[in-house]
Amino acid sequence: MWDILIEPLQYSFMQRSLIVAILVGLICAVVGSYLMVQRLALLGDAISHSVLPGLAIAYIVGANIFIGAFIAGVISTVFINLIRTRSNIKEDAAMGIVFSAFFALGITLITIIQKDNKIDLNHFLFGNILGVTLGDVRDTAIIAVIVILIVVLIYKELLFYTFDPLGAEAVGLPVNLLNFGLMVLIALTIVASLKAVGVVLVLSLLITPAGTAYLLVSRLHHMMFCGVGVGVLSSITGMYLSYYYNLPSGPAIVLVASGFFTFAFLFSPTQGLLTHPPTTPQQPAFIRELKSLIKRS
Amino acid sequence: MDTLRFFDNSVSSAQLESVSMGIPEITVNNISVQYRGVEALRDITLEIKPGRLTGIIGPNGAGKSTLMKAMLGLIPATGDPVFYGSQPLSQQRQRVAYVPQRSQIDWTYPATVWDVVMMGRIRKTGWFRRFSTVSHRRVAEALERVGMTAYKNRPIGQLSGGQQQRVFLARSLAQEAEIFCFDEPFVGIDQKTENIIFKIFRDLADSGKLVLVINHDLGESITNFDDIILLNKELIAAGRRQQVLQEENLNQAYGGKVMFFSGNAA
Repeated sequence: MWDILIEPLQYSFMQRSLIVAILVGLICAVVGSYLMVQRLALLGDAISHSVLPGLAIAYIVGANIFIGAFIAGVISTVFINLIRTRSNIKEDAAMGIVFSAFFALGITLITIIQKDNKIDLNHFLFGNILGVTLGDVRDTAIIAVIVILIVVLIYKELLFYTFDPLGAEAVGLPVNLLNFGLMVLIALTIVASLKAVGVVLVLSLLITPAGTAYLLVSRLHHMMFCGVGVGVLSSITGMYLSYYYNLPSGPAIVLVASGFFTFAFLFSPTQGLLTHPPTTPQQPAFIRELKSLIKRS
Repeated sequence: MDTLRFFDNSVSSAQLESVSMGIPEITVNNISVQYRGVEALRDITLEIKPGRLTGIIGPNGAGKSTLMKAMLGLIPATGDPVFYGSQPLSQQRQRVAYVPQRSQIDWTYPATVWDVVMMGRIRKTGWFRRFSTVSHRRVAEALERVGMTAYKNRPIGQLSGGQQQRVFLARSLAQEAEIFCFDEPFVGIDQKTENIIFKIFRDLADSGKLVLVINHDLGESITNFDDIILLNKELIAAGRRQQVLQEENLNQAYGGKVMFFSGNAA
């Protein structure tokens, strides 16, 4: 058993990718908790797709790709807010329009430059955690420290704002600043996670551990701690599975996290599917859901 | 008479402080609100006095919540700035406790009763600081006052509507505010909670605070208010309850179809 755990660590590439996976699992669960309670899961998806052109442009001009992605992420949220507030288009549509446009631009740019720069579009889409460099480890660690520091420092204000934005504004908390801070946290976290799981799957790392914790505990900071446990455990388990069974690392991590979620969904002490059967037991929940789906359409 | 009332009863040190400072009144001048090109409020001018329990009433869509939010600067409005004493209210927001409609809150939010009431202490605590022992004491007192001490570790999702409203009331009490604003606190709650809440509103008003409450119905509960603001897009009448609740005013606000209870509220 011990050997199984030690063996992959002989390789420095495995050490580096494990560190990145753990850091990413940690900050994703913390920031994902805010996405959960703010019902911003889709925004996480939108930002993650929107950072792609930033990555590409950073490559072209030779800048730090983290900074490029971060700027693109922030610009996309500005566009989303602009469309939402200056027209009758609702937020979900605004997100869809902006993020698909950014995503398309990103794919186009990367396809154009990938031959000259020896980069691979697939690494952006699905991550390339086994290829992280020492520099990547350093950048991820810096982002992780910044994210944790921000959350610790303004935890109580963010709690108030995310629970009751109007009440928070009424007592004079700077809600626009808090909202911007939240967007910065989300963008930073997504950027840090791209190496590990890529644009397409980063949403899972943000939402699934936090969602698992949401089923199990009932205070925000407990949710963060529990989510971090699930996220980090998923990262480690996923990496080992990917090492021993030659699976793609990002998807392996996501699948493990989804397994944890399924487990919590079935056995949550307060709202588990099996521990808390529905009040009308004649019909299985699954069938009922199916029926209501058919009726709706 | 209003000033005399300050000095009876036994007064706590916090109350004495507010009396000696003399809580000023809120003055609203010519406020209008446009919402996506539709006029929601037209040219409202009124005063809200401390030491009195003031109710905002009017039909659905009359702009009751809009008025409260515009006053507090939570939505954009045109007109003069709202003054609290000699300063704009927007510069004294730490004195305001605002409780939104219960339906505006996600009650599945992962927080306990204690967490929510503690939010009332955040502004006083300041950035980057932990809650003081005084804050813990204030929160415990506030929970005691609304009778929710036994529920302090309960997740808010497990509370009844009345309990949720009492938790919000406790939050505003813990804040030690001067201006208390409640948006429809009596929607969907039981009679017992309504009585508890009105009792506390009365105590707040009697200790010289400014208490503003949006009331959703014209039932018997309306006799609890000292002053009434009657609204329907524009100000119909404001002032003492007996003067405002005239048939003529109510007809004007409710378009003749007054479902006012037949008793003598005025």
